[in-house]
Amino acid sequence: MEVSVDRDSCVGAGQCVLSAPAVFDQDEDGLVELTNPRPPAEQERAVRAAARLCPARVISLG
Amino acid sequence: MITTNPIAGRRRDDEIDPPRYPMPRGCPFDPPADLARLRASTPISRVALWDGSTPWLVTRYEDVRAVLADRRFSSDTEKPGYPPTSAAQLVRRRSTRSFIAMDDPDHARYRRMLIGEFTVRHIAGLRPMVERITHELLEAMAAGTTPADLVDIFALPLPSMVICQLLGVPYADHDFFQEHSKSLLDITTEPDEALRRNEELRDYLVELVARREAEPTDDLLGRLTERRVRTGELTRDEAASMGLLLLIAGHETTANMIGLGTLTLLCHPEHAGRVRDGEPAVVNAAVEELLRLLTVTHVGRRRAATEDVRIGGVTIRAGEGVIAANESANRDPAEFVHPDELDFDRQANHHVAFGFGVHQCLGQPLARLELQVAYPALLRRFPHLRVAVPAEELQFRNNMVVYGVHALPVAW
Repeated sequence: MEVSVDRDSCVGAGQCVLSAPAVFDQDEDGLVELTNPRPPAEQERAVRAAARLCPARVISLG
Repeated sequence: MITTNPIAGRRRDDEIDPPRYPMPRGCPFDPPADLARLRASTPISRVALWDGSTPWLVTRYEDVRAVLADRRFSSDTEKPGYPPTSAAQLVRRRSTRSFIAMDDPDHARYRRMLIGEFTVRHIAGLRPMVERITHELLEAMAAGTTPADLVDIFALPLPSMVICQLLGVPYADHDFFQEHSKSLLDITTEPDEALRRNEELRDYLVELVARREAEPTDDLLGRLTERRVRTGELTRDEAASMGLLLLIAGHETTANMIGLGTLTLLCHPEHAGRVRDGEPAVVNAAVEELLRLLTVTHVGRRRAATEDVRIGGVTIRAGEGVIAANESANRDPAEFVHPDELDFDRQANHHVAFGFGVHQCLGQPLARLELQVAYPALLRRFPHLRVAVPAEELQFRNNMVVYGVHALPVAW
């Protein structure tokens, strides 16, 4: 699975960090940081949850 | 026969008087039964507000999320059709324009100045402070007499002290700002009084910012002043209005979740026992489930359509108001199985108690932290905690923008 994020539209709600901390982080300004754009299969459920929870819908899965 | 024609039937629906919103509750722990009926029969329908306007009420989970994520729906109170909560809210938003009543790009510019303060990591760092304050309040409670009002001695002071510490607002002034914020969130407050109280609160925050311009402090208001006001990115008034928003939002919502959530747990002893045991995964799940079930932000999230939008089979026209009823979405059986039951074993964390879309609650990591600390600590310190009055004597906050219980007399 491939993950991408649109930092320009991030609102820093932190839902992704709570859902999939191995894949998403927040920088000092609170904006999303992708720490693993190609997460292993066992992360898939958490990443899908993060994408669905993201209130600004900035997480894309490929 | 014309009544069997579905089109004619729909047309007739529009002509009957829409129901009043907010609707009266039956059971104090559940949203109004009429709301559930609407969700099942006409999930997007018109309702009548206090000011005579008839915006659309959106009641299903998926539709509520769709509205709140759609930027064609504006949060700007001044946009044609915006459905105001109360006369008090209208004057308050006119007097102090905070970014929750703006759209992007203005909203994003202000919000981005704050999100670094509310990251998951930064808030996790506040846990020792939240635990210390919780411990001190519970020990003071233990040293006091019973019965006592849990709202007054624990549910309100905890988030109030925490937000004061974070912002740099002196807690010694709590009588002043708590009384003012209570009045501003009361839908029955007269506009003149709301305006006066709003201005007094704003002046108070302006003064705190001004002091920080002279002498920097290491707190949120201090950092905002240092990084944004001194650099000319924000005026003193703008920084004060951001502080005012955080001060009010920071204690009213969490306070009522602590009060109403504790009452709910006391009515469900087995659930209370699981929270008391304190297994972090269970406590976290319990907090999400209580947020979903109780949805203290119970007057809907409000928007104005800026274009014609087709949603759930209904066309909402530009200039019409929309209320995305998150309190109804969180009880939608299409999303949550047996939605009226308290169930810690369901995955509830996709609830919309914090809203959805770009305006979703900025302080949610802080609210979660406070609730995750407060419930188990309270139940552990007072394993025999009980409500000290007959249930029918409890007064619920039907007149307030944030729902809860006005007072919760307890003994232990």
